[in-house]
Amino acid sequence: MEDIKNIIESFLFVAEEPLTIDRIKSILKQAEINEIQNALVELSEEYEARKGGFILREVAGGYQIRTRPEYREWIKRLIQPKALRLSKAALETLAIIAYKQPIIRNDIEHIRGVDCGGILRMLLERKLTRILGRKEIPGRPLIYATTKQFLEVFDLKNLKDLPTLEEIEALETESPENSTREIFRIETFEKGKNT
Amino acid sequence: MEEAIYKVHLEDIFEGPMDLLLHLIKKYEIDIYDIPIALITEQYLEYMELMKSMNIDFAGDFILMASTLAQIKSRMLLPAHDEENDDEDPRLEIVKPLEEYLRMKSVAEQLAERNLLWEDTFVRNHGQEDHLINQEDEIIKVGLFELIDAFQKILKNISPDIRLDITADSISVKDRIAQIVDVFEARGSITFDELFSKNSDKSEVVVTFLAILEMVKLGLVRIVQHVRSGVIRLFYL
Repeated sequence: MEDIKNIIESFLFVAEEPLTIDRIKSILKQAEINEIQNALVELSEEYEARKGGFILREVAGGYQIRTRPEYREWIKRLIQPKALRLSKAALETLAIIAYKQPIIRNDIEHIRGVDCGGILRMLLERKLTRILGRKEIPGRPLIYATTKQFLEVFDLKNLKDLPTLEEIEALETESPENSTREIFRIETFEKGKNT
Repeated sequence: MEEAIYKVHLEDIFEGPMDLLLHLIKKYEIDIYDIPIALITEQYLEYMELMKSMNIDFAGDFILMASTLAQIKSRMLLPAHDEENDDEDPRLEIVKPLEEYLRMKSVAEQLAERNLLWEDTFVRNHGQEDHLINQEDEIIKVGLFELIDAFQKILKNISPDIRLDITADSISVKDRIAQIVDVFEARGSITFDELFSKNSDKSEVVVTFLAILEMVKLGLVRIVQHVRSGVIRLFYL
C-alpha cells in the first residue's frame, strides 16, 4: 500500500484513544505489521523534524498524537481540562502501586507508614488504579493495580516503561541531594509577616 | 536557630512518622546506614512534643514509631550475647523501611516530572468525562438519598411473614460484595432491583444494601438512574 502512512495518520487524527497496531492491522488487513510499524516511525520522525505543534507518542500500548509540551501554557488558555493535581502523598501511593502491583492496602500503608484509605479511594475514582480482586488471606483484602488510564496520563508505553528501581538508584547516586530535596518544606515563621 | 518557631504544614511535611524521621535524618545530615539512634529518638520525641504543643493531632502511627525507636535504642544498649549469634543491627528494622520509602519518594518525583496528560500535553478528545455529560439528559447519577428511597421500597416488598425469620446461615457484607462482583464480571451491569431476590429476608436485604454502599465507596461501581423509567442500574467500573 502506497498511502498507508497517510491512512494511519488520518486514523491517529480521529482516534479518541491510543491506537494499537493490532487495531490498525484489523482495518488495513493487507498491510504487514512491520509496514504499519515503519509508517508510525516515519510519522513520528516527520513530526519531530517539523517541530510543529504536535508529536506522536507511544502510550498505553498504542499510538497517539499529543501536543508538544512546550505549548502547554497556551493550550490551557484555550481549554480548561480537569487537571490531574495529585498531592505528593497521592503520587507516592500511586508510585508504590505502580511498582509493587498487585499490592494490598496493608503493604502500601506499611511502606508509607500512614493510613492511605482516602487516597486509595481517590485514585480509584480518578481511574488511575483499579481493583484486581481480593487476596485469599484472612480479611480478604482488596488487591490494587494501575490502569490503562495511568499509562496514558503518565505518558508511559507500558508498565515496563517505568524507570527501573536500579535506574532510579543510579540517578540518586549521581545527585544524592536531588532525591530528597524539596520534599521537606518548613517555613520559618517570621513574626510581623503575614498577619 | 534550633529554637525558631516552625509553622508546620502537616499535610505537606509530616504526613506520617516516616516523613518526620526523614526530616530529622536530613536535618542532621545523617547517613541512613549509620543512624545515631539515641539522637534520632530524642529529636523525634521532641518533635512530637512540639506538635502536641501546637495542638496538632497526630495519629497512633507516630506513637508506634516512637516506641519502635525506643526499642531499637534499648536493643543497641544490650551487649551481644555471643559472638557467633551476633544478630543483625537492630537499626535495620527502620533502615529497610526508610530505604524503601525513599526509593518510592524518588519514583513519585520521577513520575511527576513526566509530560502529564492534561497538564503538559493534550489530546483531541477532552477526556472521558465528556461522554458522561452527553448522556446526562438520559440518565443521572444517583445520590445516596435516591438509593435509600429505593432501598425502602425493597424493604416494603418483603412479605411480613418472612420478615421475622431468623436465618442461620447469614451472609457477610464482604461475601455479598464478592457475589455481586461475580455477577458483574459476567454481565457488566445489573439493575438495583435484580440484586434483591424476591424471597430474601430482611437481613439479606440489608447486607446487600450495605454491600452496594461499600462498593460505591470503593469506587467499584457507578450507579445511574434512567430519567424516564426510574430504573436504577449499577455499572461495574
